[in-house]
Amino acid sequence: MAKRHRSGPGRIRQAIGYGILCLIALAFLSPLIYMLATSLKPPADVFSIPPTLIGSSIRWSNYSEALTYMPFLKFMGNGLLVAVLGTAVNLIVAALSGYAFSRQRWRGRNLVFMVFLATLMIPQEVLVVPMFVMMQKMDWVNTFQALIIPWAFTALGAFLLRQFFMGVPQELDDAARVDGAGTIKTFLLVMVPLAKPTMAVLAVFSFISYWNSFLWPLIVINDVNDLGTIPLGLQMFFGQQGSQWHLVMAASVISMAPTFVLLVLLQKHLVKGIVTSGLGGR
Amino acid sequence: MAIQASPGLKRSDAPDPEPDGQKRPAVSVRRRAARKDSGGLGRQTAWGPFFALPHGVGLALFTLLPIGASLWISLHNWPMMGQQKWLGLGNYQHLLADPIFGQVVLNTLLFVVLYVPMNLVVSLGLAAWLTPKIKGRHIFRIIFFIPAITPVVANVVVWRMLYQPGGLIDGLMQSTLGIHAPNFLGDEHWAMFSIVVMSVWQGFGYNMLIFSSALDAVPESLTEAAELDGARPWTVFYRIKLPMISPSIFFATMMTLITSFQVFAQPFIMTKGGPGTSTSTIVLFIYNQGFQFHQLGMASAAAWVLFVIILGITAVQFLGQKKWVHYDA
Repeated sequence: MAKRHRSGPGRIRQAIGYGILCLIALAFLSPLIYMLATSLKPPADVFSIPPTLIGSSIRWSNYSEALTYMPFLKFMGNGLLVAVLGTAVNLIVAALSGYAFSRQRWRGRNLVFMVFLATLMIPQEVLVVPMFVMMQKMDWVNTFQALIIPWAFTALGAFLLRQFFMGVPQELDDAARVDGAGTIKTFLLVMVPLAKPTMAVLAVFSFISYWNSFLWPLIVINDVNDLGTIPLGLQMFFGQQGSQWHLVMAASVISMAPTFVLLVLLQKHLVKGIVTSGLGGR
Repeated sequence: MAIQASPGLKRSDAPDPEPDGQKRPAVSVRRRAARKDSGGLGRQTAWGPFFALPHGVGLALFTLLPIGASLWISLHNWPMMGQQKWLGLGNYQHLLADPIFGQVVLNTLLFVVLYVPMNLVVSLGLAAWLTPKIKGRHIFRIIFFIPAITPVVANVVVWRMLYQPGGLIDGLMQSTLGIHAPNFLGDEHWAMFSIVVMSVWQGFGYNMLIFSSALDAVPESLTEAAELDGARPWTVFYRIKLPMISPSIFFATMMTLITSFQVFAQPFIMTKGGPGTSTSTIVLFIYNQGFQFHQLGMASAAAWVLFVIILGITAVQFLGQKKWVHYDA
């Protein structure tokens, strides 16, 4: 691309623009930088004026102290368990239904798919009260399965995988059939492997939405110390130690770390997922 | 953008000449041609419903049943423990007459009216700024996206401290200007605005990515032609790029609107809805009614009011889109 040659003033303007952009990014990050800084300060330096980046000493023990108040590692384990199992269920049912909605013809298919799509319109808030009553009746209040099962069937995955499967050439089915594979074999050995990238996108988003979920765990989990997830644990920690900002910030860093790592590792999938489907959004 | 009718879904495909099981040689030309415009209609098998069954049952059990139950519960006095009593529309009448609920609805509307435009302007502005020519564009995108995926609770707790008297903002103002910052969360004139600002910070990353990729897809030939004709950058953006990405803007507006009506964690943790009821939102009201006062019937009725508001706004958006959304680029 042969761009017009930039003249001197143009280049200066560009550099200023870039500088402003960097400043905006820095300002945007300042809450997180401040969090990190505060998490390493001794309590006496937290509210120093002027605000400082580094306190009189670096206090790593804030982290171990925060961990003694609340079992954040356990919360991570709980969150991991809930998110992984929920995501697994969601992937399995969505791969099956996405396939059924795209590559198989059956009576009522389009109608059922419309119903699936319509459920995406329903806000979670409308469901939490009856869901809670259901959990009461099933005796699931304060259990892991209450965190996992109710949200494992969101229709989004069916929609995404249907979109994907519709683009797979029919020749592949035919070839599998020529080789003697039946419907189930074709699905498992041909289609699912092909759908891996889409399933990865779905998995990332499902995982994050489980991991960050707050309202439902707040409602259905009483025993936070045993069954809590990160958001619930942090909220309770904040409720109890709210004035100990150095500890609260350490706990916040701990809470953000796993998703931050996930973001760095999986940025491509995340960006792709958002761009292709508009996933996420709060 | 996400939800669109797939091409060829309704078409009746050329009938499968042979039943399953009978093997054919390679793919026939005719079939290939039929495939081309049928958009993956697939094969007639008895398996279809079975494949859809697990998901369908799950949705029926954990979405359709609850939505029906929610309506049912909303027609009762339904304490968390103890006897339910039929009220008919009693809960709804009570809500409509309840000044607190009215306040809560207004607060939520205020949040939406402030949050949605701010979110869209910031995300669109940054998406337009971060053209492929910008060095390190990828890193900027990731940076602006960080709080969109870290737990909301953690974001909120951090901002709670920024807003705190003596916190970062107040501290900076004291040391540079020598004055105290307003008590952002304790002053009812500031509280909602503060929550909005925090929410925009947290939430615009999604829309920015959507806009950014939509802008990338605008053909360069179009913008270059306009530039050659002497159009200024702003005109190019306003007259060409913006209409070209209007479907994405429509989609993002819809999603942002819908989710902004559901704001909960920010007021719940930062202000508990206060001071007074100045930052109490509909979902906070639902939560308090249901799980603090144990009035599940009232909570369900409020949830249905929220649902109807969301449906209404979605419908208005869809009707209004013809005026400004251009699908045929």
